[in-house]
Amino acid sequence: MTVILKSLFRRIVNAVRDLAPIVIVIAVFQIVVLQQPFPNLGDTLVGLVCVVLGLALFIHGLESGLFPLGEAIAQAFAKKSSLIALLSFAFCLGFGTTVAEPALIAIAAEAAEVVALAGHIGNEASVRDSYALNLRLVVAVSVGTAVVIGVVRILKGWPIHVMIISGYLIVTALTFFSPPEIIGIAYDSGGVTTSTITVPLLTALGVGLATSIKGRNPMLDGFGLIAFACLAPIIFILAYNMIA
Amino acid sequence: MRFLLDLATSFGSTLRDVAPIVLVLVVFQALVLRQKLPRLKQIVTGFALVVVGLSLFLVGLNDALFPIGETMAAQLTASNVATTENEVVWTDYIVVYAFAAAIGFATTIAEPPLIAVALKAQSASGGAISAWALRLSVAVGVAFGVSLGCFRIVTGTPLQWYIIACYAIVLILTLFASRKIMPLAYDSGGVTTSTVTVPVVAALGLGLASNIPGRSPLVDGFGLIAFASVFPIMSVLSYSLINAKLARLKTIRPPKEL
Repeated sequence: MTVILKSLFRRIVNAVRDLAPIVIVIAVFQIVVLQQPFPNLGDTLVGLVCVVLGLALFIHGLESGLFPLGEAIAQAFAKKSSLIALLSFAFCLGFGTTVAEPALIAIAAEAAEVVALAGHIGNEASVRDSYALNLRLVVAVSVGTAVVIGVVRILKGWPIHVMIISGYLIVTALTFFSPPEIIGIAYDSGGVTTSTITVPLLTALGVGLATSIKGRNPMLDGFGLIAFACLAPIIFILAYNMIA
Repeated sequence: MRFLLDLATSFGSTLRDVAPIVLVLVVFQALVLRQKLPRLKQIVTGFALVVVGLSLFLVGLNDALFPIGETMAAQLTASNVATTENEVVWTDYIVVYAFAAAIGFATTIAEPPLIAVALKAQSASGGAISAWALRLSVAVGVAFGVSLGCFRIVTGTPLQWYIIACYAIVLILTLFASRKIMPLAYDSGGVTTSTVTVPVVAALGLGLASNIPGRSPLVDGFGLIAFASVFPIMSVLSYSLINAKLARLKTIRPPKEL
């Protein structure tokens, strides 16, 4: 019991340290630059306690639950050595975590609005909604595909920089043929599709695979899944907008 | 009472977010893998803690930090509105760039996915990469990125030129970087922009774009996240290059007191 309490205490101390910069920045700008008092100081303090406790619990759960889970699944797939099973799992994980992502739903609706205002599609609600829904599906398929490519790369040990730089070249080429309204949204979408729970799970899966497969190095091959999951939506949104 | 309601809503939306993950895991576990996972009880408890922790974290952010951060972004961008109608002087917004850098750095340090990847990198590299150093270099990258992104909105220059230039710098740094740091560096672009950073930074971008004459929030308000995603790749690659250089200097020149 005391061991658990001690480790929880340590995590709370770490969480306070992690959150201190935000509190300092906001306090300095509020008091020194804007010269205004804090609105609802009580609410803010209660909220801060929640943030600290929440972060401490999250990190504890991460190390005791999410990381072991990702590794266990990676080992189970490596032992089973069925490529189709592993790749379909990779696709489902990428697709499933992206299609319902609130940030993506928001960005798809904004994209439909911008494209309609620019006159590229009709401005009726039904046209906008179907554009947004298709865009979401396209991005979810792109993230699923990206995770599959990332997993194949881990299995084969392909060099990541060649693949990522090629991705950048594709983005650059597509940018020249895209209207300026969609570029900002497309570039931003890469950052928002990978959620707080997906990232640790994908990382643990990648490192777990690289560790259990002979001849693969966890640092050299294990990371990189997230990089693919971030680049693919940019390419697919630009390409979708050109075709649609 | 309102707080409990907020907490319940936050818990509900976190559950909805993890539902697809749990579904995929359970289906593959039951139909494909069909073997008992080791330490199942501990994993389930840990997963539950992640959901509870994330709900608490989000409700706290929504109640305490986001309202202040968003009001602040609005006030800072509004207080500097240029007096002349069509003349926007970029130096009028120095305070905004400073705030962008500071808040970008601070929110990145608190970003849970980055903490996760940094911990994993530290253990996978056998301690060769320090989690704290990785998080600091990513945060410095985001600080530069968001600040430059604000400058771009103020000047109204096209986003693509900045991002393509960044890609070129990433390419050059990649030529010199150690292969071991590359996957981690590319990953760090995606993990930085998440729960904490996106709402505050997006508010800053929209605030700037709607307050500056001649900018439209729909076209110019976007792009800050893109800056915040590509700059950490450069900063992590640079950090590793500097580190390697320092290590080489140390081995060439023995300490003087010997």
